[in-house]
Amino acid sequence: MNNATEIRDATESSDPIIKFDKVVKRFGDHVVLDELDFEVQRGEKVTIIGPSGSGKSTVLRVLMTLEPINDGVVYVGGEPLWHQRRGDELIPAGEPHLREMRSHMGMVFQQFNLFPHMTVLRNLTEAPVQVLGINKAEAKKRGMELLEMVGLTDQADKYPHQLSGGQQQRVGIARALAMRPKVMLFDEPTSALDPELVGEVLNVIRSLADEHDLTMLLVTHEMHFARQVSDRICFFDQGRIKEQGKPEDIFTAPKEERTKAFLKAVLDPDD
Amino acid sequence: MFFGIEWDTSSQWAFAVSIFPILLHGLVITLEATVVGFFIALALGLVLAALKSAPTRFIRWPAKLLTEFIRDTPLLIQLFFLFYVLPEFGLTLPAFLTGALALGVQYSAYTSEVYRGGLEAVASGQREAARALNLAPARTFTHIILPQAIPRIIPALGNYLVSIMKDVPVLGVVTVLEMLGVARIIGDRTGGYLIPLTMVGGIYLILTIIASLGVRYLDTHLPKRGLSLK
Repeated sequence: MNNATEIRDATESSDPIIKFDKVVKRFGDHVVLDELDFEVQRGEKVTIIGPSGSGKSTVLRVLMTLEPINDGVVYVGGEPLWHQRRGDELIPAGEPHLREMRSHMGMVFQQFNLFPHMTVLRNLTEAPVQVLGINKAEAKKRGMELLEMVGLTDQADKYPHQLSGGQQQRVGIARALAMRPKVMLFDEPTSALDPELVGEVLNVIRSLADEHDLTMLLVTHEMHFARQVSDRICFFDQGRIKEQGKPEDIFTAPKEERTKAFLKAVLDPDD
Repeated sequence: MFFGIEWDTSSQWAFAVSIFPILLHGLVITLEATVVGFFIALALGLVLAALKSAPTRFIRWPAKLLTEFIRDTPLLIQLFFLFYVLPEFGLTLPAFLTGALALGVQYSAYTSEVYRGGLEAVASGQREAARALNLAPARTFTHIILPQAIPRIIPALGNYLVSIMKDVPVLGVVTVLEMLGVARIIGDRTGGYLIPLTMVGGIYLILTIIASLGVRYLDTHLPKRGLSLK
């Protein structure tokens, strides 16, 4: 309980809700995050762009506790994510601490990762009932509200495979929101979709971006969309932030050569 | 005379009709050995599968080695070990139990791979999604992973049930009176092997077809509830 109060206090102050402090992540010899320093303010909408292998998705996966770090400290709401405090020391976090910290984050996956053997509505109620202890009727009511938000109330009793990719991803977003996260992590949410289905998913994300309290971290290749919804764009290269700033600055007047080359490649792929 | 039933050698038809009930006695033993062996294989395979995915390699490796050993050696070796070697260490089991156990041990190597394959075939994204939603590990296993693994596991297990049934005649070498052994004894005593052996072949064929249809029925009618297994 104590933990939860601390976090609320921390998030209401001007401290960043997310802070990476010299975070290192390695896969074997490959350094994915190279002493990364990175901060996100409460309610901020940040888009991470960059070439593949630059560590974009790893940032999200580290935050969702799907990927442990090798060095440095990640803070969420002022609390260390992968560590817990013992006196003045930070020791590696145990599962109870990770569970507690994880409850602040929700994640939308590139491959949707809906539970295929559960109906759409059950996908939205399983975790709220099992993890948050909400009663079934209440969870269903809330699940239907979320489906209404993503425009899928008529699909509640269908199974994921009966839905289009765009519809599945909208369910994926609703499922993450059902846990009432403070931070939403979008890991290339439209990359697995047919081009004509991208718009409906982006529209849902856009409507979320209007919510003042929600912090959003988005990894995407949809540059025009990123420009519309983001407060800040971070260009990642080789496990570090090479350049960051307001969308108009990054997209119209990038300073770094690396950023220019990347943007040119993704915005005018025919050249 | 066998199992208290006389055979009638007056004509081939009469002979076939008269030995049919005798063969059925053997068939009962065959089916019993199949079922007992299958259940041993199911249980032992689950243990092996758990050991093979244990967190430490000091458990994993011996379990994998044992699986390989069982798979790469003939069923007869397991059978002889249980029948001849165990008594040297003071453990003597009835012939039927020895036989069923040998079948169970042999096929546990296969069922353990079926379990493992079925569980591993569930996409890693499912575990990640469950973790992101903070579902407890036990709940994740019973409500996310298992329901997706079972429809893959059951038809494969059914195929091994058929295989076990076809391997039961091996138990004849340790004096289990299963159906084929019974047919051979009838042949020994009457001098006519053609008819009893053909009948056993026919009965096996019918049983195998029924079992295969059953497996196929399970495969198509198991509630998959939204799972596409292709």
